[in-house]
Order: sequence, then C-alpha cells, then structure tokens
Amino acid sequence: MLMAASVFLPLLGAIIAGFFGRLIGDRGAQIVTCTCIGLAAICSIPTFADVALHGNHHLVHVMTFLSSGTFEAAWSLRFDTLSATMVMTVTCVSTLIHIYSCGYMSHDDSQPRFMAYLSAFSFAMLMLVTSDNLVQMFFGWEGVGVMSYLLIGFWFKKPSACAAAIKAFVVNRVGDFGFLLGIFAIYYLFDTVNFDTIFEAAPGKAESTVTFFSHQWHALTITCLLLFVGAMGKSAQLFLHTWLPDAMEGPTPVSALIHAATMVTAGVFLVARMSPVFEYAPSALAFVTFVGATTAFFAATVGCVQNDIKRIIAYSTCSQLGYMFVACGVSAYQAGIFHLMTHAWFKALLFLSAGSVIHAMSEEQDIRKMGGIWKLIPFTFAVMTIGTIAITGIPPLSGYFSKDMIIEAAYNSGTGIGKYAYFMTILVALLTAFYSWRLVFITFFGAPRADHHTMEHIHESPLVMLIPLGALALGAMFMGGGFNHLFVGEGREAFWHEAIKVLAPHDSIERAHQEHAPFLIHHLPLIVSLTGLAIAYWMYIVRPGTATRIANAVPGLYRFLLNKWYFDELYNFIFVRPAFWLGRVFWKVGDGAIIDGLGPDGISNLVGRTARRLGVVQSGYLYHYAFAMIIGIALVVTWIVAGQPGVAP
Amino acid sequence: MTALSNFVDGLPILSLVTFLPLLGALLIMVVRGEAETVANQARYIALWTTLITFVLSLFIWAGFNSATSAFQFEEKAAWLPQYKIAYRMGVDGISMLFVILSTFLMPLCVLASWHAIDKMVREYMIAFLILETMMIGMFCAMDMVLFYVFFEGVLIPMFIIIGVWGGGRRVYSAFKFFLYTLTGSVLLLLAMLAMYYVAGTTDIPTLMNTKFPLQMQYWLWLGLFASFAVKVPMWPVHTWLPDAHVDAPTAGSVILAGVLLKMGGYGFLRFSLPMLPEASVYFTPLVYTLSVIAVIYTSLVALVQSDMKKLIAYSSVAHMGFVTIGVFAGTQQAVQGAIFQMLSHGVVSGALFLCVGVVYDRLHTREIDRYGGLVNNMPRYALLFMVFTMASVGLPGTAGFVGEFLVLTGTFQANSWVALFAATGVILGAAYMLYLYRRVVFGELTKADVKEMLDLDRREMAILIPVVAIVLWMGIYPLPFLDVMSVSVSDMLNKYQAVVGATAADAGPAATKSLFAWLR
Repeated sequence: MLMAASVFLPLLGAIIAGFFGRLIGDRGAQIVTCTCIGLAAICSIPTFADVALHGNHHLVHVMTFLSSGTFEAAWSLRFDTLSATMVMTVTCVSTLIHIYSCGYMSHDDSQPRFMAYLSAFSFAMLMLVTSDNLVQMFFGWEGVGVMSYLLIGFWFKKPSACAAAIKAFVVNRVGDFGFLLGIFAIYYLFDTVNFDTIFEAAPGKAESTVTFFSHQWHALTITCLLLFVGAMGKSAQLFLHTWLPDAMEGPTPVSALIHAATMVTAGVFLVARMSPVFEYAPSALAFVTFVGATTAFFAATVGCVQNDIKRIIAYSTCSQLGYMFVACGVSAYQAGIFHLMTHAWFKALLFLSAGSVIHAMSEEQDIRKMGGIWKLIPFTFAVMTIGTIAITGIPPLSGYFSKDMIIEAAYNSGTGIGKYAYFMTILVALLTAFYSWRLVFITFFGAPRADHHTMEHIHESPLVMLIPLGALALGAMFMGGGFNHLFVGEGREAFWHEAIKVLAPHDSIERAHQEHAPFLIHHLPLIVSLTGLAIAYWMYIVRPGTATRIANAVPGLYRFLLNKWYFDELYNFIFVRPAFWLGRVFWKVGDGAIIDGLGPDGISNLVGRTARRLGVVQSGYLYHYAFAMIIGIALVVTWIVAGQPGVAP
Repeated sequence: MTALSNFVDGLPILSLVTFLPLLGALLIMVVRGEAETVANQARYIALWTTLITFVLSLFIWAGFNSATSAFQFEEKAAWLPQYKIAYRMGVDGISMLFVILSTFLMPLCVLASWHAIDKMVREYMIAFLILETMMIGMFCAMDMVLFYVFFEGVLIPMFIIIGVWGGGRRVYSAFKFFLYTLTGSVLLLLAMLAMYYVAGTTDIPTLMNTKFPLQMQYWLWLGLFASFAVKVPMWPVHTWLPDAHVDAPTAGSVILAGVLLKMGGYGFLRFSLPMLPEASVYFTPLVYTLSVIAVIYTSLVALVQSDMKKLIAYSSVAHMGFVTIGVFAGTQQAVQGAIFQMLSHGVVSGALFLCVGVVYDRLHTREIDRYGGLVNNMPRYALLFMVFTMASVGLPGTAGFVGEFLVLTGTFQANSWVALFAATGVILGAAYMLYLYRRVVFGELTKADVKEMLDLDRREMAILIPVVAIVLWMGIYPLPFLDVMSVSVSDMLNKYQAVVGATAADAGPAATKSLFAWLR
C-alpha cells in the first residue's frame, strides 16, 4: 500500500491540478500537488527502511500490459534496494522542488499546469525506477521524455524554449532508438523482457554469439551496447548531450528536477539495473567507462568558459553523469548510484539557489552582469557555497564520499580503460573545482556589475523558496557521510542484496577497500579540488583580469570551448539540414517529377496527347474516309494475295 | 442480459450491422420537404443510424469467442449457386475489430460534418451510409466475389465524396484516387478469376486450404499485391493519398485514413499470406524494401510539408509502412502488432484529421504558417491535439506505441536490419509531429484572425473525447484487443510458418535468391 502510494500519489496530484486547475485555483493546485508528492515522499521512507535496511523485497503486480505469443509484460512495482533508493531520492528532492516552485512561479499565469507537469514528471520517473520489465521501464523512460518536453517548452511563447523542447525530445528519441533495439535484442536472446528471468539466464549466455545486422557479435556485448545508447541519450552523454544545456530554457525548478533526481539519472539507473547482464559484457563496460570519462572531461572544459549561470551548472551535470558512468563501467555500480543520490541533492541545491539568484537579479542569468551581491542575499550565498563545496568533493560534505569512491574504484579496476578513467576523473575534479568556484566568485564577489536599477531591487527570496534550499543544503551536507557505510562501505553487501550484481574479479570497490593506495593517490582528488579552488580564487578574486588575458592569449581554444566544441553546428550541418533537404528532394523530385510525372500524370498526359492525335484522323470529310477505306482494302487484298503460299508471282 | 444475448444470437447480426446503414440511406432518400428540414433530418437520421449500428456491432465483440480461430456469427445464403458463389458472412479475430473500428468512426464522421457540410447534405449523408455498408461488408465477407463487390463498392461513394464535397483540386484528386485504385483492382479481379479457375470455388475458408501451384502463386500474389499495395498505400504508389486527403472533406479524410487504408493490410492478411504462402515468403524482401523506404522517405517528406493535411497524410504512409513490415515479418508479435497498428492508426490519424478539421472550419486554410499560438486561446484544443500528436509519435501509454513496438519486436526476430531501419521512423516521427505541433499550437498569438478563433464547442468535444478515451485505453490496457486476435493470428501463422520452414528446407539457397534479398 505504502509502495503504491509513493508511486501513484504524484499521478493523482497531476491529474487533479491538471484537469481541475481552473476550478481549484493556483493556491489549490499548489496545495494538492505538494501534498501528494509530500505524502509520497513520506511513504517512501518506511518503504526504504523495510526494503533496503531489512531486506524485504516486494513485487506488486498491477495488471498485464502486453501479451503476444511468448511476449509478456506487466504493469508492476518492483521494490528492491535499487528502486527503493531511487524512489526515496526522487520523491524527496521532487517534493522540495515542488515547494520551491510555489514561490518561484508565483508570478506566472499558468501555475496549475506547471505543478501538474512537475508531478507527472515525477510519476513517470517513479514508474521507470519501479518497473519489473523493460517495457514498463520504456514507458517511464518516454514519460519523462515527454514531460521534459512539456516543461522545457513551458514558456511556449519563447521560440527558443520551443526549439529546446523539440531538441530534447528528438535527441532523446535517438537514444530511445538504441534502447528499443536493445529491448528487442534482449527478447531475442532471453525470450522475455522481465528482469528476474533475464538475470537468471544471463550467466548462461555469457559465451553465446548472435548475428545482428549481418555481423556476428558477442551476444551480451551488442545487447548492452544497444541499451547503453539509450542511456547515453537520457543521461546526456557525449554525442547525445546537446539537448541538456538547452534544456535550461525551462523554468529553473524544471532544470533542477531534470538535472537532479529525474530524467538524466535514468541512464545510470538503467545500467545499474541491468548490472547482471553488463557484468558478462566486459567490452560494453569498457565502452561505458570510456564514454563516461570522456563526457566528464568534455563537459567540464565547456563549463569553464560559459557565462550563463544555469548553463554552467548544466554542463557540470553532464560532467558528473560522466562520473556515474565511469563508476558503472568499472563495475562500481554502487558508487555510481551513491553519487547519483548525493548529486541529486547538491545539484538540486545548486540549481535552485541559482534560481534564487536569478530571482533576486530580476531574471538576469549572465554572471558577468552580477557580482558583489553576497551581502544582499546571504542565505542564497550560503547554501550555494554549501552546494559548491559538496560538488567539488571537499570533506565532510556528501560529494567527497561518492566522488572519491568512484575515483578510487577507477584506479583499482585493473583495466587499461580504468586507468584512462582515473586520469580523466582526476583532471575533471580539478576543472570541476575551478568552474564551480568561478561561478561563486564571479556571481557573488567583486564589484557589482549590474545596473543601478537591478541592484536596488535585489532581495532575498521568500521563505517558501528558502526552506527547500535549507533542506537540500542539509542533504548536501549529510547524505554522503550518512550513507557511505551502506552504499559503498562495509555494509554494502547486506544493503544491496541481489539488486546489483558484481562478479568477484570485477569488484573494484572491494579492491579499493583492500588495497592501500599510496598517500598521494589516495588524497589526490582532494588535492586537485583544492588546487582548482585556489586557481579560481587567484584568477577571479586576486587578479580579476587574468581570465580575459588567458582567453585573449588562446582565442581559438577559447572559442572552441565557448561554442561547446561546435557540436550543435556540426549536427545542424550533418543531420538537420540534410534531413530537410532530402525531404524537399523526395517530395518535389521523387513524388512530384518522377512518380507522378511518369505515373498518373504522365500516363494521363500521354493518353490525352494520343487521343488528340488520333482525333485528327476523324476530320469529318467524306473523301478522307473514302480514301482510308480504299487504302485499307488495297492493303487487305495485297496481304491476301501476297500472303498465299504458292500464289507468289 | 442472457435473454438479450440469446436474442442477439438468433439474429443475423453481421448482415444487420452491414445493411443497417443502407436502410438509413433509403430512409434519407424518402425524406421530403424544405431544403433546410431535409438537411437537418438527413443529419439526424445518419447520426442515429450510425450510432445504432455502432451499438449493435458491440454485440459482435461481446459475443465473440477469442479462443478459436474459426469464423463466427456465420451466415450463408445461396446467391449464384450455379457458379458456387454464395452470400457468406463471418468474422474471425483478424477481421472483427475492423468492423468495430468502422462503426466507431462513422458517428464521429457524421458529427464532424454537421455544420461543415451545408450543400447537398442529404446526398452527402447517403454517400456516407452506403460507404459504411461497403466497408463493413468487406470485412465480413467470406466469399471472394462478395468481398470484391464490397471492396470495389467502397470506391464509388468515396470518389463522389471527394469529387463533390471536396475543396481545392478536388476533381483531379478524385480521379487520381479512382484510377490508382481501379488499376490495382483490375489486377486483383484477374487474380481472383484465376484462383476461382484453379480451386473451383470462391469460398474464402476453402481457398485458404487450397494449395496453388508454385509458378502460379507468384503471378497471383503480384495481382493481389497491385491492388492491396495501392490501398495501403505502399511506396511508390502512394502519391494519390496526399492529394486525396488534402481535397477530401474532413470526414472523408477520417474514413480514408481510418478504414480505407486498412483494406490493403487486411487483404494481405486474409488472402496473400494464407492462400499464397510460398509466394509471400518469396516476395517478403520486396515488401520489406518498399516498406522501409516508405517509413524513411515519407517521414522526411512529412518534415517539409506546409499543409497540415498533407503532413498527416504522409505520416500515414510511414505508419502503414510499419504495418506491411509487420504482416510479412510473420511472427506472432509482428502480425498482432500490425493489426493493432492498423486499429490504432485508424483511430489516431482519424483524430488528427478531425483536429485539422476543427481549425479548418474556423479559418478555412490548412497552411501551417497561417496558424500559431493556438494554445493561448484554444487550451482544450491544444491538450487534445497534444494527446493525438503523442499517440502518433508512438508514446507508451497511448495507442500508437503498442502496435509500433510489437511490430518492431516481432520484426527484429525475423530480420534485424529491417527492424533497425524501421526504428528510425521512431525518431523521424517525433521530429515531424512535434514540429507541426509547435508551429500550429505553440508560439505567440500574433495574427488577428487566429486570435478570434474560439475553443472547442460541445459538439467538437463530444467527437474528440471518446477518441481520447480509446487512445488511452488502447495504450494502457491493450489486452482486450490483443486477446481477440491472438488465436486467429497464431493459427494462421502456424500454417504459414510450416510452409516457410518447408520452403527454406527444400529450396535452401533459392530462398535467398528472391528479390531484394540483400536485406537478409
């Protein structure tokens, strides 16, 4: 009951607010949705305790969804440690975002719609994480996709918001294309899409090969790679990341929800959920590690030069997701999920405090036009600093525990790609510290760069926004230390049970605990993080002009980073424009000139022309006809006479 | 309730459902009086007739036994006994839901034409009722000649509807539609005569168990294919569809997309696969190739359309590409998916055309650029249109997903390349539908005449709300639909697969020599 409540209450809230919004008014919609999601969060906590701490797994069968031949998929709620953790994180963070939205969106004229979308978004994510089969997961997967589309395009009057919304959906669909093929491959191999059956059968398929796309593959490798393409789309990994930075076109609470608990974490969740399959596909795991590490690096480099406050945080999400995939890739799924959870708290915190800054600055998002405001909005400044400390991995805040674990696991993975990931993650830790502190320093310190009018209006946000910020700050502070033992420490075996499967030779967390790395290796993440802080401090507080000088010294690199490695331009050039061009060619030339031109129109023209020519013969003059008859008779007679054998002259 | 069902059992319900609309048409014919009263009475008679037909058809579903693949509610009467041609009606799991689809869409069509049609209303309603009789009869016919009569009969009222009540280049479009389909039909007729010549009967269940000589099968198959491919329509014989849709009145488009396109897919399932299995296997790569081209090609074309109806028409071709792929993939999921896709496409594309009709009635243009920002003054419309857009995109939880997903699942088991190419339709579909939605509904409300547009009225809500309900029902709990067809499909496929297996074993490399076999 509690379990069903924690999943379906948000749906109820969304339906009430969405369909009866005009009836119950803004306030009513806020109360309904916040209550529903809040109750769901409250229900999720005892469920978490029951499932994860006491080890009681549950499977609630709701009803059959699809059934065709041997293909069976049900609507059901699966509660094991993995899903219980996710449900708790999603509902709690989402509740705080709901409450915050009541304040943040108070000047908007369609608040019920907004609240309904938020709740529906959360519901879709809950369906995703509690699914017991790949089809329901795909339902949730697409559900968050469509809700993000609606939320990003919430301010539908802005063309940029509409474009960003479509981009988010279509790029996600590219990932879904891979995910779908992955589902088909799973069904081809296992004759089922239900998790338990797949997981049982996976070891037996470790050596099998299949022929897909005229090529023989290691069966589980190709399957996992296809599924991972889906994860790359949803979790904005390199090549499919372009939608995420644009997604900040939506209102800030939406960005917080997308970037923190829901949506982008789905890909990481998918890999963790499918760990019993991925474990038997080492090449796929190597690919996951590679993509994760590279994305982390790519996004961090871009994050260093952006000037839009939300865009910087967006790239940091992209980068942190890379960390999570590195964790999964080196079989430290627990660390990946751990980072997912801690990240959910501090990233929501960062986004919402950025929202609070934007709110204070009269909707200004460019950090170059801020500065010197920390005294004016001290609470926002404080919580944003807490979020920054957490994300840069400084103890004892939460990011330290989870990020450190990932880096250590990468170091101890014992594979070449693991080493690559280790160096990348260390480098990225430096960059993360740099751009995160850069954000804080430029935004809050230095001389005020906003105009007089804006500065006069700067004010701390209302209590309804500050309370969620405070709660998230608490989470960002204590989640890491509090759950370290259970998620990745000594208690992890008992905590995770069967929810995550790691083969003994892959167990990088175990090795990280066993082996004592040299002092420098062990403390390197912290050292680079502090270095990043120091560099940012020096560049933006001590010598404020430094950044500009560096940018001027290497203009090519600067533009390359500022334009996000030119991915958007590239995709526009190789996908978007050719698609429209091809469409026009197919339409005008293919359908118009060739098919219609040679087909119906061509034939009808031909018939018309022929008829007109034949018509000339029917002139109406008697002597024409008489002449034709004489010629005809002559021909017939000739044929008869000449054609008779033996009568030949 | 039992008394009622017993009473229904005793009735020749298929014939009733088939010919009730014709009765309604006769009734409209005898109406006399002022032009205005005649028009009004014609509307009401048509509405009530179609509603009663729909309710009556639900009894077919209620009494349907999904545990068997045999034809049910059978009726048989002598017709031309000297030629062994009989009036024989019946439905199985493959055809039954198409009957319901036809009867369901019909009242909506009548309602959608309520104000939109104001000239020759009486004749219009008569044409529609005759059309309904023809469609239902076609799905119920168990005799090949009877089938052909209905199959061709559909053409005539549709031709008239487009040609008389259409807009734009309606005569050109009507003729294009007519000639395209008639050309196909002539070849269908030839094939049917040949089949009659071999089997000595026109009885469909008997023909299903007749083994046609191999060499002949290829020609027969091509004859049937010519007709069904035009109806589906498959690339490259699809160009009649956009024109027909653009110039047809709204309700005409609904029926065209909703039911007429399904006649092709149904034909493949009823004739090609069970009667000509070897040929079907042989030509499967051809069908795959044309369908994959259809999915990708027409999706790209849909992306650049500036006319709403044309865009949706092209999207229909792409969606029907999934159907033909599914039918010939020949696995349980693929075929069930194909049937489901036909049903859901019938409902969803019908609804999309209704949505276009709603704004067309207000602004009298289908140019996408003339709209924009409708969400501001038509929020209800925006919501419903969004649901149908998402259903067309194939979002899980809507009707569009189930068919597409099952088709692809089943096809992947048969041929992974085809599934790969077809799945790109998932991406392209999202692109063109969302692009359409954005241009029509989102954005700032700037144009003066668009600002004047009013939100959906009660009649329009009454049309669209049931469709939304069905779309969600089919998407969330599709089991009742899948169950109905399950046994019929699996029995048909068992026979089909037996032949497929035999061919593969006998012929060996011959199977790979078939047309366009590179896709294997």
